Amino acid sequence: MKVSNSPWLLHYDGSSCNGCDIEVLACLTPVYDVERFGVINTGNPKHADIFLITGGINTQNKAVVEQIYSQMPSPKVVVAVGICACNGGIFKECYNILGGVDTVIPVDIYVPGCAARPQAIIDGVVKAVALLDEKKKKRDQKKAQGGSGNA
Amino acid sequence: MSTRSIVPFGPQHPVLPEPIHLDLVLEDEKVVEAVPSIGFVHRGLEKLVEKKDFQEYVYVAERICGICSFMHGMGYCEAVEHIMGIEIPPRAKYLRTIWCEMSRIHSHMLWLGLLADAFGFESLFMQSWRIREKILDMFEYSTGGRVIFSVNKIGGQRKDMDGDMLKQFMEVLSGIEAETKVIAKTFLGDKAVNSRLRGVGFLTKQQAHDLGAVGPFMRASGIALDNRKLGYAAYPDIDFEPVTSEIGDCYARCDVRIREIFQSIDIIRQAAAKIPEGEVAVPVKGLPDGEYMMRVEQPRGEAIYYVKANGTKFLDRVRVRTPTFANLPGMLETLKGCDFADVPILILTIDPCISCTER
Amino acid sequence: MRDGIIMEVGAGSLVPEVLMLKHEGYRLVQICATKTEKGYELTYSFGQAYKLVNLRLKLAPGAEVVSISDIYEPAFLYENEIHDLFGIKVRMMALDYEGNLYRIDQKNPFQ
Repeated sequence: MKVSNSPWLLHYDGSSCNGCDIEVLACLTPVYDVERFGVINTGNPKHADIFLITGGINTQNKAVVEQIYSQMPSPKVVVAVGICACNGGIFKECYNILGGVDTVIPVDIYVPGCAARPQAIIDGVVKAVALLDEKKKKRDQKKAQGGSGNA
Repeated sequence: MSTRSIVPFGPQHPVLPEPIHLDLVLEDEKVVEAVPSIGFVHRGLEKLVEKKDFQEYVYVAERICGICSFMHGMGYCEAVEHIMGIEIPPRAKYLRTIWCEMSRIHSHMLWLGLLADAFGFESLFMQSWRIREKILDMFEYSTGGRVIFSVNKIGGQRKDMDGDMLKQFMEVLSGIEAETKVIAKTFLGDKAVNSRLRGVGFLTKQQAHDLGAVGPFMRASGIALDNRKLGYAAYPDIDFEPVTSEIGDCYARCDVRIREIFQSIDIIRQAAAKIPEGEVAVPVKGLPDGEYMMRVEQPRGEAIYYVKANGTKFLDRVRVRTPTFANLPGMLETLKGCDFADVPILILTIDPCISCTER
Repeated sequence: MRDGIIMEVGAGSLVPEVLMLKHEGYRLVQICATKTEKGYELTYSFGQAYKLVNLRLKLAPGAEVVSISDIYEPAFLYENEIHDLFGIKVRMMALDYEGNLYRIDQKNPFQ
């Protein structure tokens, strides 16, 4: 049986209403317990493999999101949690919302919902773990062929 | 000779689930001053009244904040109902009371967990959130949603709770009460926890008044004000007194919130025993014209919904003054003179909700 | 309004009225700006126990207003907000963010 590494997860609240954030935290606590997939929550972007982001992007957090993303080591996976992170959601028409997370950084996995349910978030994280494995494999193959290895 | 330095705190910080930025002016390890900058979550949703009509706006109001979602929706609806002169059915008032108090328990439990996390007590954090899940199950059973329910509408509620459901809820609540008593013992009696909370972050009664603090943050400094006493929803029929403490430190704020959890359980029991039969909503006719300022007691304190209507289906203005906005000056005051290492706990004890603050 | 009496004040009588409320032991509850047909109106709310008193100041477009943050410290947040969102100039704020409280791209979206 193939065993995946334990990816670390970083959560950042874009301009969400908190609904998705408390559901992300609920995923980490006893009832849903995403840690059973080997995932652990970290506050340091340089430790993180998976970037969970909730809420849309506004002019002020744009730079913060870009900064966190650039500090994470490659390969990395970005999961947009909730409809606001996917495309701006109910706040799309607000003057201070630029749109979903993909307006500033590439998003790998979109988790819809308002608020996203824990089951959906866990599904997204599990998919992210698989994608991370895939990206690692690709990097290793590249490395074996003599490339730089940056996915 | 002490050295002065400025340390930026946030917006992305391990103890903060939400983004806020503070510039902390330090003298060695002591904080001398804190200057906040906000706006990371500013969406500008008050301006959406120009694009969504007054009935659709209920959905926007519910998304001001996902933690007090129910109360935001209710506060907005009550303001519009007052303008339009709508009297909602008695059963709807009781339902609002029950859902409000369930929201308060869930919010306080969430806060207890975050506080435990801030002082490094991981298992206590997990326990608090495990108990909180039972409230979320009750929400899911009665409304279909876990954090955002959309059961409020102008003129009443969209859903009802039947007798069996209420009976079941009473049993669940007894369980929650027993389990909360267990963790309360640790929060209030444990020596290590006490050493982090006691004597830290004092706010005097006078300061709380002068700085316009609200909610448990204010009540922990000895001011007995609770907007539920204003008598919205079914609160006039409920017997309760504001929970206060005279101490005014972090421990007092924790103590007040824990006692408020038990108070909320008691209020739900009273409401469930008295809830009258009948409809849960009345039809809405006409368009709002006029203004109203609705004050609601949220888990974090007083929230104000100012609605101004002009006789069309689009409102002139909706303005929400949220509790954290009012508590910021008080928080900055408590930060002065504290140890740098205590900053996360001090910020957490006002129970900040940045999403509310910036709207 | 339930308990909120609204008292109209002029630009000149705002500060004396606020001082009087402060002297009587009121706390600052909120300050709210609204755009009207003839400019803006500011509503200052003060509370004592459960009682609410509102002062309403009508402003013509482009008019300035004097800060009350030296009387009520927390007012600086509301006044900076009003400046950022409505473009109303507030003079002599105790802490002036100079338009950088919200740091939004669109200047004065409510103007």
